[in-house]
Formats: sequence, structure tokens, C-alpha cells
Amino acid sequence: MNQPASAYFLEERHDPNETHTLSVLVANEPGVLARVIGLFSGRGYNIESLTVSETESQKHVSRITIVTTGTPMVIQQIKHQLDRMIPVFHVVDMTLTGRSIERELAMVKVRGGGDNRVEALRLADAFRARVIDATTESFVFEITGNSQKISQFIDLMRPLGLVEVSRTGVAAIGRGPEGM
Amino acid sequence: MSESKSRDLREDPNQMTGAAMIVRALADHGVKHVFGYPGGAVLPIYDEIFQQSEVEHILVRHEQGAGHAAEGYARSTGKPGVVLVTSGPGATNMVTPLTDALMDSIPLVCITGQVPTHLIGNDAFQECDTVGITRPSTKHNWLVRNVNDLAKVLHEAFYVATSGRPGPVVVDVPKDVQFATGTYHPPRKSDVHVSYQPRVKGDAVQIRKAVSLLASAKRPVIYSGGGVINSGTDASKLLRELVDVTGFPITSTLMGLGAYPASGPNWLGMLGMHGTYEANMAMHDCDVMLCVGARFDDRITGRTDAFSPGSKKIHIDIDPSSINKNIRVDVPIIGDAGNVLGDILQVFKAEAKKPDIKTWWQQIATWKARNSLAYKKNNDVILPQFAIQRLFEAVRGRDAYITTEVGQHQMWAAQFFGFEQPHHWMTSGGLGTMGYGLPAAIGVQVAHRDSLVIDIAGDASVQMTMQEMSTAVQYELPIKIFILNNQYMGMVRQWQQLLHGNRLSHSYTEAMPDFVKLAQAYGGVGLQVTKPADLDGAIKEMISVKKPVLFDCRVAALENCFPMIPSGKAHNEMLLPAEANDEATAAAFAGGKALV
Ligand SMILES: Cc1ncc(C[n+]2csc(CCOP(=O)(O)OP(=O)(O)O)c2C)c(N)n1
Ligand SMILES: [Mg+2]
Repeated sequence: MNQPASAYFLEERHDPNETHTLSVLVANEPGVLARVIGLFSGRGYNIESLTVSETESQKHVSRITIVTTGTPMVIQQIKHQLDRMIPVFHVVDMTLTGRSIERELAMVKVRGGGDNRVEALRLADAFRARVIDATTESFVFEITGNSQKISQFIDLMRPLGLVEVSRTGVAAIGRGPEGM
Repeated sequence: MSESKSRDLREDPNQMTGAAMIVRALADHGVKHVFGYPGGAVLPIYDEIFQQSEVEHILVRHEQGAGHAAEGYARSTGKPGVVLVTSGPGATNMVTPLTDALMDSIPLVCITGQVPTHLIGNDAFQECDTVGITRPSTKHNWLVRNVNDLAKVLHEAFYVATSGRPGPVVVDVPKDVQFATGTYHPPRKSDVHVSYQPRVKGDAVQIRKAVSLLASAKRPVIYSGGGVINSGTDASKLLRELVDVTGFPITSTLMGLGAYPASGPNWLGMLGMHGTYEANMAMHDCDVMLCVGARFDDRITGRTDAFSPGSKKIHIDIDPSSINKNIRVDVPIIGDAGNVLGDILQVFKAEAKKPDIKTWWQQIATWKARNSLAYKKNNDVILPQFAIQRLFEAVRGRDAYITTEVGQHQMWAAQFFGFEQPHHWMTSGGLGTMGYGLPAAIGVQVAHRDSLVIDIAGDASVQMTMQEMSTAVQYELPIKIFILNNQYMGMVRQWQQLLHGNRLSHSYTEAMPDFVKLAQAYGGVGLQVTKPADLDGAIKEMISVKKPVLFDCRVAALENCFPMIPSGKAHNEMLLPAEANDEATAAAFAGGKALV
């Protein structure tokens, strides 16, 4: 093995990366989001998307949805590391359940006139995006869907005068009658 | 205080100030000793401490010392160690021991003072973001903004620190909360987060799978770790019983020494980077591995893709995140080491019988015969290995507690001192903190006034927390600091010799203090020995002195620590002392930088 001399055993692992969506129920208390984010930065895990909001205000429970990538072993680590945090109730790997719905909302501002403006409106219609603000030279579209659909829509808007985008990140929920 | 307010305080015994609650909670949790250092943001608590006698405060000389003392206290008693420090620099000085305790799963409850609530975020005098800074260094931490939350948080803090996988916690209490009056309540179940429920009992199906693997093993090995110690003395008893019932060989990590006695017939010695040849070879060649309370850390496994390639692995751990982190295992069992060992034993005794592993033991005997801890005798200079062997012989049969610093001396202590009991060996394993051993010895001695407590130290490490000699003198703690003085940061020098072309960059301590005079300056006793022939007499004197001792044991300067698994190598590629001549060493470490 050709490696620099080191007090550590250096080795590369070649397992392929996977993308997983995790739903994390946490006690809504000060610092809980910092703990979760600190875990990811401290241990070198990726965050592709993160959303958080209180979902059961009486019980002070918030739901955090995290989209992350890593090898299967790293994904398993992330789940265990999250689960052992004191204010974490429950971690569900929505990707593993195979029965989850994922949605994201984006607001997309496009500026232009003439044919571009007509084309933007036509595409928005095809993607079921709504116009939520309009001036004579611009639109703001609201679009919901899975992340790929939103990215695709944004790509299409780019040549038509895309100004800026604001995305919420992914929210996910399981299909069927059961809760997590 | 107004008159009506003081009357209220008298009428309801649970109405009290935050500062009083803290001392009360400590007493309610059976805390007898607190290690600490005062400052502006904890003065109300110190005022309460002054006015009571249930909890004794030990004044250290640096907050890091308080933290390591509390660690030594916790490890040698199985009870949580408690620390009290002020805001700002008091809290930041605690970061090292907190991280140390987190890595080694030591229960600590650290109470920090904080600037008054209304000043938080203002860059006030001695303000720091204590919960932010200590978040990754603790199992959990709290900032208490309301005096009426304080009792609950304190009780929860003790529970979190001591349950599940133990660890350090911080409770940050602003000064106005210490002054404010509120309602205290004694510990109760509902004080604990519902989201925190560590699992103690192992899954019955997994336990059966484990037993059938063990029962059919031809080349088994038990690999135990600090989790067995943390689980309590019962776990060590059960481990010993399991070894007897199965007849299996057993090795352990640095943290697990003493759970199985070093004099036991099935003991292979420590495993890992500086473990014995037989322990590492047994790990490599086994067909069934039972890992209990250890975490396949990188000092243990060597090259992970060549780690014990032919074995089925059973892993018992209370922390699910330890499982499949570095090494994929076949039968994970989440639960408390003692609890699961008890269940395994019960099933094994009922349904299995001792497998015949005679040929495996014969194989192990051939590895043992390589004598991997051998060193050349020397009549002129004291060899560090020899010094530890003589120390061990001198204290054999006594209730001796050993702490260490970090470096070669630490590894030699692990290799050459035979530990017979759990909770008698305190060393900084996960973080490898130089300066741990002296204050840890203080903590151990506070808990065990009449026992012999020895810090096996290095000349460099011991200077990191030397000031705590003053604490030892103040509290009449007769700790023995047994310094293997090689005038080098030996472990650093060893790596520089092996990996960096023998360029000894800053690993030689050119200005060494006179440890004998230093001991005297502190009010302790200094001893120095340079000749092997004088060693036993000097050790005897050290033991008989009823004061703190700095023992300056001058040892061979250039001795290196073997056997060793070179980096990037597997368990079966160990470098043995007999083979560690220059060429073999160069070949073993080759691959990257050229070696001189
Ligand atoms: C706080 C800290 N700083 C640096 C290190 C890196 N380090 C590991 S061992 C060592 C040398 C220790 O020297 P000494 O205490 O004399 O022990 P020896 O190896 O000579 O027995 C150093 C600097 C460490 N472990 N801890
Ligand atoms: Mg040294």
C-alpha cells in the first residue's frame, strides 16, 4: 500500500454514495438545531437539504427533515448518532421505508419581455407553477413538487431571465394511515 | 433580603436560591466531593458551600486539574465526578477534561457559572458561549435561564451522565439564576427527557444467535473493553464467569484492563497497536469474536480491511452508534455489558457445553512463545519496562490504583503492570491527554484515602499539570508520581525515528526541572534513582512516605515501545522487539517516506 507515513491508518473506502431523506422528531428546546447541525459539521457528514419547524406545539415537538448523502455505513452512523442525542425522540429513514412522499416549495423570479415572457408562462403552466407576483417585466412563480421537478423548472427558467430562487428544502411524510 | 422574603424562605423548605439548590441537589445525589475553582460567576454557590458540611470541596490549581481529578474519582468509584468552575476561562479550561471524559465514557457533572442572563450575548466580562463551546465535548448540556427549571435540570444532568453510555454533562447557570429564589424538588422520574431511553436489556433472539456461535467456535476470542468496567463490578464478575464456563482466551483494550485478571489462565494481554503478539494474532486468526464494551477503535483494529478476516463477530454495546461504525459485525447486541453477559451466560449454561478448542490453545501457545514483550536486561541503566515490573512487584497484593500520563510510559504500564481488579486503572485512552495522570491520581486518592495511588508518568506529560502537586499537599493526599524520566517525549521521538527520518524535531526537553527540588518546593518529597540496583529500595521508600512524592526514575533515554503494529498494517504484521532492528523497522514502515 502506497501511503504517507502516519500515526493513523489511512485507507480509502470505495463504497458508492447514496442519498437518503431522514425525518427526525425532536423536543423543541433551545439549541436543538445547533446540536443536529453540529453533529453533521463535526463528523463531516453532508447536508443537502434541511427543513425544520414545530409540528406539535402542545408537546413542543419539532420535525427536522434532512437530506444527506454518504455510503450505507455512514448513513447508518448518521441515524445512530442522531438517535442518541438526548432531545431526539425518533429518527426514520424515509428512503429506506420506500413509502414516503417528498415535497419542496420554491419561489422563482423571472424577468424579461416578449417571447421569453410568454414562454416562461407556458412552462409554468406545464409545471403547475402559480404566478404569485407580477409586474410588466417580471413574474414570481410558486412551484411545489419533488426536488428534481423544481430543479428542472429552474433550469428551464434560466435562459428566460431567471433572477433569483428561494427554496424551502424538502419535507417528507410516509404514505398510508400510520404515523412515524 | 427583605424581611417578608426571609420569612417565606423559612416557611417552605423547598423555597431557596438557585445557589442553594445546586448544593442541595449534589447532596441529594449522594455527592461527597466536588472539585473546583471559584470565580465571579460562581460566588453565590461558593457561599453556599462555605455554610454546609455535607459536600466537601477540593480546591485545585487549574480547572483542567479539577476535571481530570473528577474523572479519576469517577473511574475508581463508579460514581459521577462533580466539577464546579466559573464562567469564561473557568469553563474553557474544562474543555479538555470534558472531551477526555466523552471519549472514555466517564460520568462527569460539571457546573459552570455564567454571566447574568441579561448580559448573555453582550461580550460581558468573562462571558463565553459555554453551551456552544462544550456542545461537542459533552453528552448533553443545558443553560438554565429560570431558577424554577434548575432542580429538574440538575437531576436530569445526573441521570444523563450516569445512565446508558456514561459521559460528561455541563449545566451552565447564570449568576442571577443563582441569586434568584425558586422552588426545589428532590429527584423524581419525570425529571428526565422522555426522548432519552437507553436500552439496557439485549434482544433475546440475538443473544441466542450469539450463544450458538460461541458454542460452535473452534478458534474463539473474547475482546473486552471499557464498557465492561463502566457497567459495574458485576459485569467484570460475569465476564470472568463466561471465560471460565467457555474456556475461551480473552484480550482487552487499554480501557478494559482489570475486568479479567492479568494473572488469569486465559489472559492474552492487551491487544492493539502496542498489544501482545498472541492477542493480536488471536484476533486475526479467530473464527468467532465476542466483542463486549469495546468499539473497534483505530488503535485496536490496525488496517480495517485486513481486520480479522475470517471471523464471525458478536458485538455487545450500549451505544448503537458504536456498532458497524468501523467494522461490520454479524451479531450486534445493543444493551448493557453486564446485563447482556448475564443473559448469554444463562443461555450458554442451559443449552451449550464448553467447545473443545485444544488445538487453538496450542496455536496460541506458539505465539506466546515468541515472547513479544521481551527486552534486553541492563545492569547499568534502568530500563523503563524493568522499572514498571519492579514497581508492580513492590505493590503486588496491595490495593493499588494506577493512573498514567500519555506516551511510552503509558503503554509500558499497560504491558507490564498486571491489573487484577476493575476500577484500579485510570488512563486517558480515547483523547490521549498528557497531564491526565497527576490530577486523576488526586481524584482517586480523595475517594480512597487509605489506598496506594500511583501515577506512572512521563517527564513531559507530568509538567502539563504539575501545579496540582500543591493540591495534593494541601489535602494531604499521598499520591506517588512515578516519573519514567527519559528526557524525551519518548512516544513522539519513537514516531519520528520510525516515520520521519529520525529528525527529532522538538521532542527533546532541553531544560528539565530538578524534580526532587520541585517536590520539595511544593512541600512534598522528591526521590531520584539512576541505578537499577537502587531501584527496589527507592520504590520501598516511596511507598512508605506518607506525603505526595515525585519519584524521578532516570531511565534509558532511547528505549522504544514494542511490539507494534506499523501504520497501514494488519494484526498479523506486527513488529516484534527481537526483530526491530533498523532494516526490519524500515521495511515494516516502508511504502511512503523513505526511512533512514
Ligand atoms: C496534551 C497533549 N499534547 C500533545 C500530545 C502528543 N504526545 C503524545 S505522547 C507525547 C510525549 C509524551 O512524553 P512523556 O510524557 O515524556 O512520555 P514518554 O513517551 O517519554 O514516556 C506527546 C507530546 C498529547 N498526547 N497530549
Ligand atoms: Mg519522556
